[in-house]
Amino acid sequence: MKPAEYYQRDRSRHPPALTPGYKTSVARSPRYSLIALQQSLSEITGPVFGHDDIDPIDNDLIQNYAKEADPVGERIIIHGRVLDENAQPVPDTLVEIWQANASGRYRHKKDTYLGALDPNFGGCGRTLSDESGYYVFRTIKPGAYPWRNTINSWRPAHIHLSVFGRSFSQRLITQLYFEGDPLIPLCPIVNTIPDPDAIDRLIARLDMNATVPLDSIAYRFDIVLRGRRSTLFENRLEGN
Amino acid sequence: MTGPLDYLKETASQTAGPYVHIGLAPGAAGFDIYREELGWDIAGPDPKGQRIRVEGLVIDGMGSPVKDVLLEAWQANADGIYAHPEGGGAVEDGFRGWGRVITDFDTGEWGFDTVKPGPVRSRVKLASGVSERVSAADPDWQGRMESHAPMAPHINLWIVARGINLGLNTRMYFDDEAEANAADPVLNLIEWKQRRATLIARRDGDRDGVPVYRFDIRLQGDAETVFFDV
Ligand SMILES: [Fe+3]
Repeated sequence: MKPAEYYQRDRSRHPPALTPGYKTSVARSPRYSLIALQQSLSEITGPVFGHDDIDPIDNDLIQNYAKEADPVGERIIIHGRVLDENAQPVPDTLVEIWQANASGRYRHKKDTYLGALDPNFGGCGRTLSDESGYYVFRTIKPGAYPWRNTINSWRPAHIHLSVFGRSFSQRLITQLYFEGDPLIPLCPIVNTIPDPDAIDRLIARLDMNATVPLDSIAYRFDIVLRGRRSTLFENRLEGN
Repeated sequence: MTGPLDYLKETASQTAGPYVHIGLAPGAAGFDIYREELGWDIAGPDPKGQRIRVEGLVIDGMGSPVKDVLLEAWQANADGIYAHPEGGGAVEDGFRGWGRVITDFDTGEWGFDTVKPGPVRSRVKLASGVSERVSAADPDWQGRMESHAPMAPHINLWIVARGINLGLNTRMYFDDEAEANAADPVLNLIEWKQRRATLIARRDGDRDGVPVYRFDIRLQGDAETVFFDV
């Protein structure tokens, strides 16, 4: 197939830059319009990762930092597929996650929340999707935590995700939430997203079929990256 | 009645937050966990071309450095080839062209070592043989080919941080490539000529024999950096 562009990003599904309910965005949001860029080689290519880059244990947050015992908290599996907008699997793509521990505390020198650190929990993991786009992590369900936004803002339990895809234009960072969490509709960061359906797609679903009996409960979370054109026609591009 | 097309919708973005380092640069968060972190070595051990260093700040709308940014760089090698199956050819061993840096928590300064990329052809190339057929059928083909001018050397940057809801795409060009920059199809897309300057890094002397380029990124204000919808 001839190299072609990725579909235009549907910005109505994404948060705008300026979202005053999330106060930090006010001084960090560009005010001029983005310049629309017809994709060139610089945008349709992106970094390639392989199994040499990571270790098999990297996707097991229960074991990848444990010193003497397993970390405290609810043992969970997060699994799903990385797909594109054409519903095609995205294989061999790097998925990285990070999260707070069961107390809502991050292992980060800038996190001073009074929730306890867990000596056996680092809070990050990474994996490559397989040939069908499938990925899996084992971890601890993160706790909710308070943060300085309004006087009493709490983040729902969430896991941060970073995904590459095949091109730099597919690069995405997002967060997954957990089905049934009453803090989701209250969260100023969740509510930066204007589209209720787009929010719903960030909520991992309880998946009883993927649990490990007497061990771990499971949540399913599919990730969709931008799809790619496959036209055989080259058009004349404005400005190029 | 028309039914919906069966495309999926891209997953919505959320901010990387203040603790992005845990996931993407755990050493900076204060702990070691992986055999090797990714993204610290952009060009590999023995790259072609001129080694350079790039440094800068990301500055918010109050004029303050943003101290919890993570930037990713994506660039071609000195021959203008990207390390990707569609990148235009083979690159030297160890050249990845991708890097990840964070800002200093106290000063907001960031920097990375790499090589200066070569010019990159701007539009995707037709499969071999297609260009000959098209040029026979289309007398204006030569004109179109000329409009596919190479892009001046540049490094693609992607910026995430607390308060940034969707990663920001921009490009860094070089001030000692004035001729190539003047012909660059992307810089020329920017209607406001004075804004093009926001994408051009300034040569700021040498350190240990390596040229240093300064590239400050302004998120807001009169000199707001140009960000692209790619
Ligand atoms: Fe968080």
